[in-house]
Amino acid sequence: MKNEWPLWEIFIRGQHGLSHRHVGSLHAPDAEMAVKNARDVYTRRNEGVSIWVVEAKHITATAPGEKGPLFEPSESKVYRHPTFYDIPEEVGHM
Amino acid sequence: MAEVDKQALLQFLLRMGDNTLILGHRVSEWCGHSPVLEEDIALANTALDLIGQTQLWLGYAAEVQGEGKTADDIAFLRDAWDFRNVLLVEMPNGDFGQTLMRQFLFDAWHSIMLGRLMKSSDKTVAEIAEKASKEVAYHLERSADTVVGLGDGTEESHSRMQAALDYLWPYVGEMFESDDVDDAMAAAGISVDPASLREDYDALVCKILSDATLTIPESRFAHKGGRTGYMHTEHLGHLLATMQWLPRAYPGCQW
Amino acid sequence: MYAQLVKTAGTGVKSQEEMTDQEREFQDKIDRDIKIEPKDWMPDDYRATLIRQIGQHAHSEIVGQLPEGNWITRAPTLERKAILLAKVQDEAGHGLYLYCAAETLGVTRDEITEMLLDGRMKYSSIFNYPTLNWADIGAVGWLVDGAAIMNQVPLQRTSYGPYSRAMIRICKEESFHQRQGYDAIRKMAEGSPEQKKMAQDALNRLWFPSLMMFGPSDKDSVHSAQSMAWKIKINTNDELRQKFVDQTVPQIEFLGLDLPDPGIKWNEERGHYDYTDPDWSEFFNVIKGNGPCNVDRLAARNKAWDDGEWVRDGLLEHARKKAARKHAAE
Repeated sequence: MKNEWPLWEIFIRGQHGLSHRHVGSLHAPDAEMAVKNARDVYTRRNEGVSIWVVEAKHITATAPGEKGPLFEPSESKVYRHPTFYDIPEEVGHM
Repeated sequence: MAEVDKQALLQFLLRMGDNTLILGHRVSEWCGHSPVLEEDIALANTALDLIGQTQLWLGYAAEVQGEGKTADDIAFLRDAWDFRNVLLVEMPNGDFGQTLMRQFLFDAWHSIMLGRLMKSSDKTVAEIAEKASKEVAYHLERSADTVVGLGDGTEESHSRMQAALDYLWPYVGEMFESDDVDDAMAAAGISVDPASLREDYDALVCKILSDATLTIPESRFAHKGGRTGYMHTEHLGHLLATMQWLPRAYPGCQW
Repeated sequence: MYAQLVKTAGTGVKSQEEMTDQEREFQDKIDRDIKIEPKDWMPDDYRATLIRQIGQHAHSEIVGQLPEGNWITRAPTLERKAILLAKVQDEAGHGLYLYCAAETLGVTRDEITEMLLDGRMKYSSIFNYPTLNWADIGAVGWLVDGAAIMNQVPLQRTSYGPYSRAMIRICKEESFHQRQGYDAIRKMAEGSPEQKKMAQDALNRLWFPSLMMFGPSDKDSVHSAQSMAWKIKINTNDELRQKFVDQTVPQIEFLGLDLPDPGIKWNEERGHYDYTDPDWSEFFNVIKGNGPCNVDRLAARNKAWDDGEWVRDGLLEHARKKAARKHAAE
């Protein structure tokens, strides 16, 4: 199996100015070919205007076991959300 | 438009459209059989572009011909002697290396040609060239990269690519042949003299083939007969027998 | 559906008491529709079953390129050629998405490809049937993709995140497949007498193999119960088959073609169409390797893989050389 092409993660920015979004993976011998393959595989239906590729092994991810300490503390910070505040209707849109 | 110009224009459009028709057909033969999924998908994209360009070229040819025919009639109901594609594109796929070498040798010509045609005095020709040139720029990038990758890859891939180049090189020259049709097209500003593309072509091809560590054969001998229809290879008849069978076996049907 | 007779690993559904804490927590997540992601803990049997199921699904897409690819070079118009090519290309894409989903479970694409090539893994029985006339291309899109969609739409909600995401993407792309198939066969059904004959022939030949795609009845299977508890199987085979028949019969009638099974009759009491069960001995024969095209299909895949080896190796070697040169220059 040592001759298998490496796996790449593909990120595409769509037409509407949103950030690059992970769309899937593919195999390619190097980064340049990964970009080309991504163009052929993941933009067949006019899905993108920009492509990022990252070799899968270079992605560092959070561990599932850390979900609690990483993400739960923000649940209680409700004051960060605009809906936390009551604004009188007469004031208008804010 | 004068009658003689119309005939020449028709021949020119058939040459453009038959090239893309026959090459698109050849490339589509790979679907489901490529060395790796990513290549399978990429080759299908190339074939789809070429089929789309065929619809435009042959659609315009049908219009110029003025006999009420469609692009499909022209593609499916002519015999081999009426085809005007260069011999290069009807050559069999061979192995993947031969297919990609054929693609590269054609893409290089195609991209230069379309670049010139974008300035055509004929508005429709210029529009088709404008659309096709973007597609072909990508075809060229991809086929050139693959030719370099395989030429400068393993010993085996190198020798297969050299064999493919040796086999196909004698079919390169025909793309730069000129005749009365070309003179008429050049004079009308619709197209250019194919011979005038050779310098750019050689520069591009030499650069890529040198990156691919491949040696261009010394002989400049060129097979010809495709773009005039005088003498195609035996391969074309078999391709047409497959491609045209249904509409010919069941004439007049809608599909 | 493209995954048939997938053997579920393990001994069937465990009760809450039989489960370990980890297993209970895992099942609880599934019950609450929380997706399982690649790095999450999962039972070995869940992982093994998913690899088999996603792998079989992927292989079906790839082998499924062959019967339709059989007609790309004979498509009767430029537009039909482009449509068919784009469709078969999509199958390759779907296979690719699914292989990538399988790879998140710790198996490489090359490894499961080799299991297809040497017969350790299967693909859907339907692709061992031939495409003999142009109307088959319409019928495959309409019936075969139609049957596949029946299964794939609910699988968008499957418990395994990467599988679910692949199915969402596939379903989005797939919707054109069935429609182009029906459109193609409709042209034939409304065409010349010969074209109509082709359409009828295609329908008659592909009807029962399409019903077989859902697999034999599994309503009493303990293995299916486990896969359903894991939400990697959403409906029973019989449910999906009935749904397919109910949806398809009016479409056949609209085409003006004869029903391919004299047993098809509306059953007022059940609110469904009755139909004749396919010949399951034929199905098991096809699964065993005795279908009309098993040998050719596997030979074609093996040839593509073997012939492509020098290309894969060559391009990889070039990438290594290029990286080494870049490194040396720095």
